[in-house]
Amino acid sequence: MTYISLTPQDLLLASLLLVLTAGLSLAFRLGLERTIAVSAARMCVQLAAVAFVLKLVFDSGSSWATIGFALMMLAATAYEVASRQDRKFRGPASYLIGGAAPFFAGLLASVFAVTAIIGSEPWWAPRFLLPILGMMIGNALAGVTLVLDTITGAATRERAAIEARLALGSTRVEALEDVLRRGLKAGLTPILSAMAVAGLVSVPGMMTGQILAGADPVEAMKYQVMILFLIAGATGIAVVLAGVAAVRLLTDERHRLRLDRLTASKGSS
Amino acid sequence: MLRVDNLRLAPLPPLSFEIAEGECLAVEGASGSGKTRLLRALADLDPVEGLVFLDGAERDEVPAPQWRQLVRYVAAEPGWWSDTPRGGFAADVADTERFRRQLAHVGLEPGDLDCNLAQLSTGERLRLAFVRALQGEPKVLLLDEPTASLDGASAALIEEQIRYQLYAGRTVVLATHDLALSQRLSHARLRLPKPRGPGADSGAAGGA
Repeated sequence: MTYISLTPQDLLLASLLLVLTAGLSLAFRLGLERTIAVSAARMCVQLAAVAFVLKLVFDSGSSWATIGFALMMLAATAYEVASRQDRKFRGPASYLIGGAAPFFAGLLASVFAVTAIIGSEPWWAPRFLLPILGMMIGNALAGVTLVLDTITGAATRERAAIEARLALGSTRVEALEDVLRRGLKAGLTPILSAMAVAGLVSVPGMMTGQILAGADPVEAMKYQVMILFLIAGATGIAVVLAGVAAVRLLTDERHRLRLDRLTASKGSS
Repeated sequence: MLRVDNLRLAPLPPLSFEIAEGECLAVEGASGSGKTRLLRALADLDPVEGLVFLDGAERDEVPAPQWRQLVRYVAAEPGWWSDTPRGGFAADVADTERFRRQLAHVGLEPGDLDCNLAQLSTGERLRLAFVRALQGEPKVLLLDEPTASLDGASAALIEEQIRYQLYAGRTVVLATHDLALSQRLSHARLRLPKPRGPGADSGAAGGA
């Protein structure tokens, strides 16, 4: 089995399928041609930039470059989680939770993977650490987004019930227990279904990639299983961190529900 | 004795008043004048500047859950957090003779605790919330429009129960539109001025 390198002409050929979609948009007057063109262009530029930067980081073998790339991921994560929220916390809190929870959990799982399982030398070798960290953060981020959306949405909708409990003398933990539990469940759903259907609906991206790159399917499977275990752990940690932080921010030390700390829903006019 | 000192609910001027045990203060005023906000502030459900004392202890000196057990707020539209009202009551309370009497006093039966909340009428839910608020021996009841959505018979039952709680030595703060009700029950009345138009409220709070 050999690795078949793609030429620029191959990519042009593949892009014919994108042109087909744009054509459909024209035929059905969906008005999406512009969006399709912009999205495709963005994808190419972003991936090319990442590829070249990763190449630089790998070639340099510098720990500083590795840290720099990881910090870039942290910033992108914080921005991504915050921008996906329907109701955000006012001020920097949405960015802090959104960045810190997935990043910390992802870092923990990735460092565990490269030191205890893979044993790369040095342990921070960017070739192993960065892709794993990226996968951990990406999945934890999806979970954290769901947790925050569920908790802020439920607290807003169920304000009367929560405040009834507070008014009867419940602590903020008791009053928001159900909301927190629902949030954590929502956050863990994607990874649980991903594990349940892995290989049935589609072969996971990383395993596909390794197989296309010439790896033995059984070897690729082993990496994929490890990654899914790690993702489950990272998501669990991130989801709990974000959920507890959200409940604390939604209440104050006098056990009041503080919905005034949230921005208005984007959905409501 | 509930004592309120310089409570600042903008745009109202700072509020100060006292209510003794067994007495009822009626808070009157148009919609939006701040009746609900005043009650919520007394229960410490919103951050509001000023001092509120219950028998000499200020809000901030008492842990908030404990304060709200003593100073009990009953919302105009009380919330529930389970499918049936039973979830709102402690398991050991629901079996006592005293509790059954409290239910009977407002025209309810123990069986109503297991009805689906959606099947109960607004009036039944309101009366259940009233009984719920009596559990744990509060010293002050903050009642927000307790009879507004009730029919005549239910409203009379609730009114009778408020009077009973006053005899029992509880302090009642009653926010209501119903001037006849407040005349019959209250020992003192606090009339909140009509809210002024938007823009007029800046600076008014610190005025007096």
